[in-house]
Amino acid sequence: MNLQMATRHALFAILELAAQPDRQVSAAEIAEKYDISLNHLSKVLRTLGRRGLVEAVRGVGGGYRFVGNARRVTLLDIINAFEEVGPSPGSHRDPGDDTAEGQALRTVMEEIDILTEATLSSITVETMLKMIRRSRRETPSAA
Amino acid sequence: MADDPDPLTPTIRPATPADLDFIIALDRDMTGIEKPEYWRGIYDRFGKGSEGCILVAYTDDRFVGFIVGEVRAWEFGSPPCGWVFALGVPADLRVQGVGTALFEGLCDRFRAAGVKTIRTMLARDARLLMSFFRSQGMMGGPFIQLEKELAG
Repeated sequence: MNLQMATRHALFAILELAAQPDRQVSAAEIAEKYDISLNHLSKVLRTLGRRGLVEAVRGVGGGYRFVGNARRVTLLDIINAFEEVGPSPGSHRDPGDDTAEGQALRTVMEEIDILTEATLSSITVETMLKMIRRSRRETPSAA
Repeated sequence: MADDPDPLTPTIRPATPADLDFIIALDRDMTGIEKPEYWRGIYDRFGKGSEGCILVAYTDDRFVGFIVGEVRAWEFGSPPCGWVFALGVPADLRVQGVGTALFEGLCDRFRAAGVKTIRTMLARDARLLMSFFRSQGMMGGPFIQLEKELAG
């Protein structure tokens, strides 16, 4: 499964902000660390703000901070702000879906989609932060 | 968004027969089905001998949860590993560290038994429970569960 660019930016931003709850982090800092477009990231941060996940702090030393509950917000919550994952709505039909071959293929793809959704909905921001800390301990060269 | 409540620091110990009624009642509250015979069987099997382990958690003499696990060897070709197959914490006491204390207590038992992997199986829509186990560092393992409806 590949995530869209905006979704990846959003995940990086949330993880960066949630890892530093006591300070505001500027969009420029995040963009530089992950080598991503500041313009694009700014749009992503606005979307996250509308979703109530981040808050902009104005003024000197301003930036963004994560305002969700890291133990409750899941990867799926963040991803769904930008793209849909999981089984397609029942009404959606692609050419060939009504054939036996199409139905068999659809059954297999739905199994994958359901597992994807179950995985993403069970991993919270806090769990991701734990994984990141563990990764840093095991691979000190990771930034 | 509201903060989570302060963490609890429960006492963890092996279950005794006196804990069974609390376990049965908590399981009933969680599943909607009271299964006293099942739990007495579980206690006879895992609570008394070396086959497995039932741990209970208490804070200030209040029962606040249980966990059940056992070491299974060579099932599905797997070397010995610890299985968690039941965990219960009252709904009003979740996300306060009780499950973590029980899980860590069970991990200690499994380590002492010489196993290096802990495993469980969950309904894929059991999001809260799956989130809990993932928060303990558990990831998808090398097995996939498959099933089929048998024709009558």
